[in-house]
Amino acid sequence: MQHTFVAYVEDKPGVLTRVASLFRRLNINIVSLTVGRSERQGASRMTIVSDALPAAGPRIMASLYKLENVIEVDDVGRFSSVSRELALIKVAATPSTRSHLFELVEVFRARVVDLATESMMIEITGTESKIEGLLQVLNESEDRVLEICRTGQMVMRRGHHTSRVLQALGDTESVVGSKAGPFPASESGPQEELSASADGEPENIPADPDFPDKNYR
Amino acid sequence: MKNGDSAILNHPARLTGAEILWATLEGEGVREVFGYPGGAILPAYDALRKFPIRHILVRHEQSAVHMADAYARASGRVGVAVGTSGPGATNMVTGLATAKMDSSPIVVITGQVSSKVLGTDAFQEVDITGITLPVTKHNYLVTRAEDLAPALREAFCIAASGRPGPVLVDVTKDAQQAVAEFDFAAAAPRPARPHPMLNASPERIAQAVELLRASRRPVILAGNGILKSGAMSQVRALAERAQIPVACTLLGLGSFPASHELNLGMMGMHGEFFVNQSIQQADLLIACGMRFDDRVTGSLATYAPQAKKIHIDIDPSEIDKNVHADIALIGDLAAVLDALLPRLPSRDGSAWLKAIRAMKGAESVRDIRNMPDNGHLYAAHVMHDLWHATSGQALISTDVGQHQMWEAQYYKHETPRSLITSGGLGTMGFALPAAIGAKIACPEKEVWAIAGDGGFQMTSPELATIAQEHLDINIAIINNGYLGMVRQWQEAFYDKNYQSTPILSPDFVKLAEAYGIRAAAVRTRGEVSGAVEEARTHQGPFLINFLVEQEDSVYPMVPSGAALHEMIRRPQANPLVETASDT
Repeated sequence: MQHTFVAYVEDKPGVLTRVASLFRRLNINIVSLTVGRSERQGASRMTIVSDALPAAGPRIMASLYKLENVIEVDDVGRFSSVSRELALIKVAATPSTRSHLFELVEVFRARVVDLATESMMIEITGTESKIEGLLQVLNESEDRVLEICRTGQMVMRRGHHTSRVLQALGDTESVVGSKAGPFPASESGPQEELSASADGEPENIPADPDFPDKNYR
Repeated sequence: MKNGDSAILNHPARLTGAEILWATLEGEGVREVFGYPGGAILPAYDALRKFPIRHILVRHEQSAVHMADAYARASGRVGVAVGTSGPGATNMVTGLATAKMDSSPIVVITGQVSSKVLGTDAFQEVDITGITLPVTKHNYLVTRAEDLAPALREAFCIAASGRPGPVLVDVTKDAQQAVAEFDFAAAAPRPARPHPMLNASPERIAQAVELLRASRRPVILAGNGILKSGAMSQVRALAERAQIPVACTLLGLGSFPASHELNLGMMGMHGEFFVNQSIQQADLLIACGMRFDDRVTGSLATYAPQAKKIHIDIDPSEIDKNVHADIALIGDLAAVLDALLPRLPSRDGSAWLKAIRAMKGAESVRDIRNMPDNGHLYAAHVMHDLWHATSGQALISTDVGQHQMWEAQYYKHETPRSLITSGGLGTMGFALPAAIGAKIACPEKEVWAIAGDGGFQMTSPELATIAQEHLDINIAIINNGYLGMVRQWQEAFYDKNYQSTPILSPDFVKLAEAYGIRAAAVRTRGEVSGAVEEARTHQGPFLINFLVEQEDSVYPMVPSGAALHEMIRRPQANPLVETASDT
């Protein structure tokens, strides 16, 4: 099954190799990987979609945390979230075959971003299945797809779910084995509830002066 | 900056990268490093004389890393190895992998070509951070002098914290030569945040206590994590207060006293039959800092089928990896047990202990005592007699293979850090450099390296290191003329096709003498105690070449992938270890 993780990682050379190498080591295929800047200074945000056994989630997460450059990991596949992918699709199109492509673009709420004498380029944003849907229609019609460029999925959980919010709400559990004392539990249950209830109600998240933080050790 | 003057640690100064390197090590408390110089690390070596750090020159960089590893295992401090770029660095890979598998805290420093020519296939350039990525806990490429102190200090912190492991710091030559401001205090790593997956909450601990209360046949599985966490007294309190027997992994030997009435001994592939049988019959396993390695579990499908499992480990990636944990307590073992112990129910474990004693009684008579001493020299005799002569108090290092298992079976370790062996990676050639590292860490201890004739030849040039450093180390070679463990597998599973396992060795006595090291050969059991006594009383290193039975095998044995209770037992004709007079 597909596991989707969001990881905040230090924005340094070689970090992508470390993350990719971890999946290689576990013999798990990465379906898609998107990386970019995040709201946190000095930290990049990755969305990693991988294909692994259903029970593999916690171990992948634990293994990611073993990388010193990984700051925070979230197994977002287990939660209510928004997923988006962007694709550029170049299709062979002559003046006589263009019109039905425009119709298709309309139906899929895509956009035509380039038009040449013998081809046109379509930009589509949406869930993975929406993009697959357009591609399927294109492939099953007479249209010849010349090039496809996809970003891979970007995923963001609905509502607020950061440990700091949970802590602010008093949902803490004292845990031993940590010199720094109590800190929020990483159990899924209460977070999911909170996520659902807090959906659409933005809260003031206190700024973390420590960020970007050193990795957990 | 003269010896013993730590002014540079207290007052910021402008230093070269090379000086910053040693000053940072000094500040981290490093007194000894193991290394081998070369072109790309020369600036650092040039600055070494200004610092109160002893450099032990090795004969191969792999050995330097093994020494740092054993230094760490013997002392609990971070071990340090230094090498040059290219082949110097690649030679260190086996040592890093060994340390990674056995969670040993070391910092390895390698020289690198100048940052200007990085990536150009310059002379002796190799991408060592790329190569060592999977076999280190973390690694760094440092190209600027000002980054050196923070990287090194962070490396020490990472190596020793959480689940310990090796960290490599690759330093370009120009970073060593450049000048930068050195401020030791300012270079301190930021304190680590607690791992977000730690979970030993009061609720979970209560659940574990509940499992314990309901259990009638519990067994504690004692692993390397006890030593790493320093949880010896907590584990002992757990065992004694709740009357729970303790089985040890290979690396857990010494974490619980061998002579303790609750100690069962080593579990797994070459553990005694009754130990594995106890695990298979248990209704609760309390895994303390161990990772259910395949050499410990045998077939996972049939492993301890009736037992609930409480798994206590600091590394969440070990939970549910091989064996499902009914209760996982992720955290530092000592801290978790400190929280658990006050809630421990008092329980009567006598029925279960009696049942185990009954299994053991029958086994030990048949497996150990009931066979004649025919005068031949068997490795088991050597281990037993060595244990006897040293009162079980020596610090022993072993390689991998038959001698390693015999040592684990017959040398009874009473104290923590008294056995240093390559468990996870199973590295041949580990024992001799490990003994050197251990002796440097603990000069007051009696140190024995025990190696087979095969493994010994992989790192035997380190005899020169022993001679050069005047180290009082005793060496026992268990010489059977074969790569013994491989031969044993060929005998058991490959139709006795001894392909490439008979191995020719030099005359080890003459070899030792060529290095100026005293040596003796032992061919019969009668000569064992005399030779051991000579080695122990001789001032300086001593090597004993034990010429043992050639086609002896380690028993009992769980064939790879078989169920733990389906062991190949000792054949009746196998020699005894303890004569009636021994016990």
